[in-house]
Amino acid sequence: MAEVMHPTHGEVHHHEPPTGWLRKYVFSLDHKVIGIQYFFLALFSVFVGMALSLLMRLQLANPGQKIAFLATLFPQAAKDGVVTPEMYLSLVTMHGTIMVFFVLTTAPQGGFGNYFLPIQIGAADMAFPLLNMLSFWTTFVALAFMIAALFCNATTLGPIGGWTGYAPLSALGNIAGPGQGIGVVLWVSSIGLFCIASLLGALNFITTMLNLRTKGMSLMRLPLTCWAWFTTAVLSLLSFPVLMAAGVLLLLDQLAGTSFFIPTGEYVSGKLLDTGQQGGSPILWQHLFWFFGHPEVYIAILPGMGLTSHVLSTFARKPVFGYKAMVYAIFAIGLLGFFVWGHHMFMSGMDPRTAIAFSLITLTIGVPSAIKTFNWLGTIWNSRMRFTTPMLFSLGFVSLFVSGGITGLFLGQSTIDIPLHDTYFPVGHFHLIMGVAAIFGIFTGTYFWFPKMFGRLMHEGLGKLHFFLTFIGVNAIFIPFHVMGMVGAPRRYSTHGDLQYLSSVMPLHKFVTYMAIITMAAQFIFLFNLFWSMAKGKKAADNPWEATTLEWDIPSPPPFDNFGGVEPVVHHGPYEFSVPGAPNDFVMQTDPMVVEGQEAE
Amino acid sequence: MAEANVVMMREAKAPSLADEWSGGSFPYRIGHRKLGMWLFIMSDTLTFAALLIAYSYVRFSSENWPKPFPFFPSIIFSSVMTLVLLSSSLTMVFAVAAAKAGRKKKARYWILGTMFFGTAFIVLHGMEWSHLIHEGLYLNALPADWAEKFGGSSILFGSTFFGITGLHMFHVFTGVLYLGFVALRIRKMTPEDVETSGLYWHFVDLVWMFVFPLIYLMSIDFTGH
Repeated sequence: MAEVMHPTHGEVHHHEPPTGWLRKYVFSLDHKVIGIQYFFLALFSVFVGMALSLLMRLQLANPGQKIAFLATLFPQAAKDGVVTPEMYLSLVTMHGTIMVFFVLTTAPQGGFGNYFLPIQIGAADMAFPLLNMLSFWTTFVALAFMIAALFCNATTLGPIGGWTGYAPLSALGNIAGPGQGIGVVLWVSSIGLFCIASLLGALNFITTMLNLRTKGMSLMRLPLTCWAWFTTAVLSLLSFPVLMAAGVLLLLDQLAGTSFFIPTGEYVSGKLLDTGQQGGSPILWQHLFWFFGHPEVYIAILPGMGLTSHVLSTFARKPVFGYKAMVYAIFAIGLLGFFVWGHHMFMSGMDPRTAIAFSLITLTIGVPSAIKTFNWLGTIWNSRMRFTTPMLFSLGFVSLFVSGGITGLFLGQSTIDIPLHDTYFPVGHFHLIMGVAAIFGIFTGTYFWFPKMFGRLMHEGLGKLHFFLTFIGVNAIFIPFHVMGMVGAPRRYSTHGDLQYLSSVMPLHKFVTYMAIITMAAQFIFLFNLFWSMAKGKKAADNPWEATTLEWDIPSPPPFDNFGGVEPVVHHGPYEFSVPGAPNDFVMQTDPMVVEGQEAE
Repeated sequence: MAEANVVMMREAKAPSLADEWSGGSFPYRIGHRKLGMWLFIMSDTLTFAALLIAYSYVRFSSENWPKPFPFFPSIIFSSVMTLVLLSSSLTMVFAVAAAKAGRKKKARYWILGTMFFGTAFIVLHGMEWSHLIHEGLYLNALPADWAEKFGGSSILFGSTFFGITGLHMFHVFTGVLYLGFVALRIRKMTPEDVETSGLYWHFVDLVWMFVFPLIYLMSIDFTGH
């Protein structure tokens, strides 16, 4: 009965290699090409986002000082080379939005997930190649809209409401400030398009992982990266639609004169609002936004967690400590992530009893997070580590995850969050854990999979230099943020220089800016290494890291249909390192060898 | 007795399930497109849930909410719309059954019937909308006489009404197009493809089963104006 209903494998997703340049590299249906497209889209975005943060740092270190090139670049926004408060706010907004959506969400999932999920499960492509292509190009159009928002107003660089786009200021149009009219319209349209793209991506990932696993690839033999991408896809599937609904309502408020998020008796810029818009609730926006916003944090970090487990095990030459616990911890983090959105809203005047409930659930996330951390430590415990560049970045990930995560326990409690909320403390917290830790995950992926993607090795020496500069740099930038926060330095201010009580943080601001410039400069080492290695790097063998999973079974770079028309058969779990009795210290997943103590396949 | 049966069934099924999940097969015994449709439905459910919760939120936090729909004609009319949409689900069931029985021509007729009811729903809905707009209900304004009838009423009535029913109507519209595509290429469609389009159609109907009570039945005018 069951057999009759099975559509045959390989029939649905079979397609011939394309021949034309356009179908091969631009509108390609191949998951590997699409993965690389996503990767470069994120790479472009991260440098845009970084440039915006450089402008912020220059202003914060030397408030009011005239910077000649700013006056040339932005004659209206930065009058006489000084970043105005409005321009500063637009920098905050666009830096945050571009980084969160087009870097942290795009690179680990759209980039590496697209490229390696099908290969790691032994499939020839994703379940829906066409949707995959549409998903990328929708993301591309979304990015174009977002970049357009940068140029919506001559006196700013985009809308000024922050990446959270809090209502009512985001709903009111130009009266709420420069860039809040057409700027917000472009911004929210971009996010709406991004929601559609991630819906297409998410259902593709989930279907692929459930339906296209090759023979023998049971659920508990999946690499942890696959579990992370899968859970991320589930989170995308269920959280982005809520943001889309919120975005549509915001667009209606902006364009159709509705007032979902505009309360009665709203004063804007000292005047009573006279558009007749009334009766809505700004808190409603916060609920809808953060119902998406919190899972989004895990969308950014989970792929990095999966990859870290994968890479730590590979270079520690030991199986992942507590594989099943790692899988269930990923699920637990994903599930709990849907019930904690209120901890972003302690300042909204919520009932303290509600706040306690949100606090409790938030702190519960510490449990699976600690399980993961200790299992990572267990994995590298007593091992003879190979300190390659990807290994260093994975260790860096663990370090940043701990130092960024520990402050989450502070901020998750309403009593501590309320005094700290509008200071630099949370800024330091989320940059360490959601920003930099996730970026370290992306770096790990780049250094680890580059040989497979481009057939050449990246330069190890430059990679290590990049790691040490970046690791020291990001800590030197974001740990002082916590100190500034505890002093009471408010976030989103274009300057702290004119506040007497903050005179003590100005030297810190200068220090952070120098560190930021050094760290940013270090990223050009990475950029150089990336492009230089593509052309001139040492040729990579099929399995340069002596890893076990399926992508290392095939040539570097892989052929069009990944496995040359042969379906691989999996005999082992993903992390069979240092198996007693085995001839090598690693056993490939496809190796039919029966190892002592294991059941015959 | 019944309990014992359940246990026995579970034990009997367990080994084969383990095989299905160990790779090389479709664990839910459904193809990509049907699984993808289920996932899309889960996602879209969240979109409608967000909108309906937003509606409930503003309705609860408003001083007064208009209840403008009299039994006749409003509720009778929207009940007819509901009946039309329900009928379309019934015809869709027949279409899927026919496709599974391998009778593609018959399936096509039933799909065309479903499209007819879907289109009828859109037409009736359009009539209702134009009637309300004629009365003066807009996305951002209430009719002038409502202010007297329902003092201090929220103007969000129109926003939520047109917003939610509009998004639903858009789903019905795309559903009709989707079914048209399936009917047109019925020769190339597998029974599962027809079933997949049916899943979408039933989902759109199911959404209406939430919209109808929440938007219409909770806004009945009992005063008899």
